Amino acid sequence: MSVEQPTWKALPDDRAELQFADAKPAFSDAEAVIEANRCLYCYDAPCIKACPAGIDIPAFINKIATGNIRGSAKTIFKSNMLGVSTARVCPVDVLCVGACVLNDLNEQPIRIGRLQRYATDETLEAESGADWELFTPKAAIGKRVALVGAGPAALACAAHLVLEGVTAVIYEKDDRPGGLNLTGVAPYKLQSEAALAEAKWLLRNGVQLKTGVQVGRDIELEQLIKQYDAIFIGVGLGSDKALGIPGEEGPGVWGGSGLIRKIKNDPSFELPDDVQAIVVIGGGNTAIDIARELAMLGVPDVKMLYRRTVGEMPGYGHELQGARKYGVRLLERLTPTAVIRVGGRVTAFRATSTASGVASDYPCDWVVVAIGQEKHAVHLADGIEVDEKGRMVVDRQTRRTGHSKVYAGGDCINGGQEVVNAATDGREAAFAMLRSWDIAPELA
Amino acid sequence: MADLSIDMCGIKSPNPFWLGSGPPTNSGEQVMRAFDAGWGGAVWKTLGEPIVNVSSRLGAIDYAGARMMGLNNIELITDRPLDTNFKEMYAVKKRYPDHAVIVSLMVETKEEWRDIIKRSEDAGADGLELNFGCPHGMCERGMGSAVGQEPRVLAEITSWVKEYAQVPVLVKLTPNVGDILVPGKAAVEGGADGLSLINTIKSIIGVNLDTLIPMPTVGSQSSQGGYCGPAVKPIALHMVGALARNPGVTIPISAIGGISDWRDTAEFLALGATSVQVCTAVMHEGYRIVEDMIEGLNYYLDAGGLASVTDLVGKALPGFTEWGELDLNYNVIAKIDSETCIGCQLCYVACLDGAHQCIHTDQGPCSAYHGEPDHGAHPRDVVQPPIWHQNGGGADPHVPFVDEQECIGCNLCKLVCPVPGCITMEEVPTSAGKESWNDRLAKGLS
Repeated sequence: MSVEQPTWKALPDDRAELQFADAKPAFSDAEAVIEANRCLYCYDAPCIKACPAGIDIPAFINKIATGNIRGSAKTIFKSNMLGVSTARVCPVDVLCVGACVLNDLNEQPIRIGRLQRYATDETLEAESGADWELFTPKAAIGKRVALVGAGPAALACAAHLVLEGVTAVIYEKDDRPGGLNLTGVAPYKLQSEAALAEAKWLLRNGVQLKTGVQVGRDIELEQLIKQYDAIFIGVGLGSDKALGIPGEEGPGVWGGSGLIRKIKNDPSFELPDDVQAIVVIGGGNTAIDIARELAMLGVPDVKMLYRRTVGEMPGYGHELQGARKYGVRLLERLTPTAVIRVGGRVTAFRATSTASGVASDYPCDWVVVAIGQEKHAVHLADGIEVDEKGRMVVDRQTRRTGHSKVYAGGDCINGGQEVVNAATDGREAAFAMLRSWDIAPELA
Repeated sequence: MADLSIDMCGIKSPNPFWLGSGPPTNSGEQVMRAFDAGWGGAVWKTLGEPIVNVSSRLGAIDYAGARMMGLNNIELITDRPLDTNFKEMYAVKKRYPDHAVIVSLMVETKEEWRDIIKRSEDAGADGLELNFGCPHGMCERGMGSAVGQEPRVLAEITSWVKEYAQVPVLVKLTPNVGDILVPGKAAVEGGADGLSLINTIKSIIGVNLDTLIPMPTVGSQSSQGGYCGPAVKPIALHMVGALARNPGVTIPISAIGGISDWRDTAEFLALGATSVQVCTAVMHEGYRIVEDMIEGLNYYLDAGGLASVTDLVGKALPGFTEWGELDLNYNVIAKIDSETCIGCQLCYVACLDGAHQCIHTDQGPCSAYHGEPDHGAHPRDVVQPPIWHQNGGGADPHVPFVDEQECIGCNLCKLVCPVPGCITMEEVPTSAGKESWNDRLAKGLS
């Protein structure tokens, strides 16, 4: 079947993210087989239960050991269409790898993420130009779904829908698909080429992609609801939250996710030579990521300021540890008070100790505010509710909102979790739509 | 330190570790390096009329990443001139008078046997080993296993050899027979001084799935070869034990078959072997492995209070009997240590699908056909909806539990458990005395 392949604006080749090396390089064939053979092939395995997508991990690893790499990838994608990116970005230490029974034997747990990367990368490479395809879409069934946003959740949802013969149309406000995989994931985990290659693979079976179209600005949600049999909303989060303190406005103060996006995609971004000290505000994973990225780019003094203690940080311990290896320091119990400027230029960040109440100035050239992102309270139609934290309210099983035709998934329903959660939301929403039309999804 | 020296039917050796006939004993230079490394004896690569070998010759089975669990070969006897071999042998014996050099021989006619025995003894050989075992190539020429599979021929050729030989004669047996006792007794009948076994097992090691040619590949073809290495050890253990405990076999045995370390050695000695021969393990890791073999066996003998390695010979034979003699009233059941269990549930699925449905979890489905002490006796002709357990095993739902009424004590769970010591088999005390199948038959029961 020949289908029109979506195209998008090419990536600029002078992005700062290209300076970052792969934190976990790909396994060679030999490494993969040795690692796969270490897996005990647990029954009812804890790693499966720890995986938000519920991938049958022992099965895919065993298939690597037998040399059935294509079958291994199929096992992965069946449960998680974003197997390529999640292999690189999943916080495996707190998910599957953390649950591996070998931890209890005082052995190195199986490096599941890298095995998943091996199986999926090898298979997609083999599939391109081969006379077989991993999944074959069914004939059109006359149902049409619009998806808002081309991030992990919507890509997963669309990929499942087209396999069952549903027409899927994605509306994306940016120039390219991928969402946070393209713009937000730390570049030492996943770079934009890989994110776009994955998007291309997910879209290959006839998913239509309309880039540069913002729902709510260029087209109204109500209009889509009228035109389509169902809607999936996967718009993620909004812009970085501000601190609301004196001196914050002006050059030298960045939002965390905004700065990461510049590092990843903006060819005009360059770290000035005179930026020697940076203060990062926040204790989440975005704060840790940007702090580490800046340190890796060569900033000698990167401090994270957090208002509570390390044990209370929402960011992962293993990520903080990773950042510390590059010289990032964490200062605890500090409340942001003011950005100090001299002649318009940032010279220090003033923070007040929650313990002593004493305010101190931390000299710096830049301030990065990574205390979370605003929620998108737009695109809403009758019946769609938002909770007190700004998250869209959906049914836990079906991901359906209060509106019978509208489903949602990813960060806009969970407030900011992992790619694997978004992929699972997309899959479950697709299954729920199909079931609402009395179709039993084959991959369910 | 225990005394490791042996005297096997007159062949003296500083220790029971001999190199088996094969590539590691192909030349004098190799044998000398082996003796320097610590090997007590060497069975020289089989001599006969030199042949032409093929390329390639070896194939192997790997298992879960471990290399060469089993090895097979289509190499024939020596391809070096006999003169050269004997010259080197003479040099070896001159330099190592106290080490054992046994010559493996394979020729056809009585005259050829007479000549080659004479030349072997002139070269200083301490013993002869008659290769009646190779299952490839030579058997097509009426030698090797073609002899070993014909008891009358085997006995006759052995008697020819005994007619000429001044030194002890070992007959090397092929395992490619229905009952190893038949060729074993034929060798005794022919006058053999000792037995060596097992030779390799007729085999095809694998098929190359890209070319669809069996392995090892010679151009576009292959042929059956001889299988050896760790994978064949259980077969060799049985054959050695079966011969050693047979009253009709009164001659000593040199054990061959997957012996890779001192533990393997001790097991073969305990089942009646006097010496062991090692080939594949040396082909894999070199002569150096003998250092650990000597040391490990020494410590083992010391720990058991045995002054000499010969004290270990046959120590396991009293415990090796026929099935009909086993106690039908003896019972063990599995115990799972919840403290060390890591929750992999391999025991659970092994018991559920591969055994007797006696291990359960609070998390997974169980066969509906259990719950009664005699659940094995119920007719089970349909698949019933599975049973889900609740809180059967105590606190941790990840730890499987054994239904002690149902457990039949098969060992499978213990065998699959990756945690050493986590699953143990414990004896169930019984007031009933020992009763074997043979006892029951004698009482007219069944």
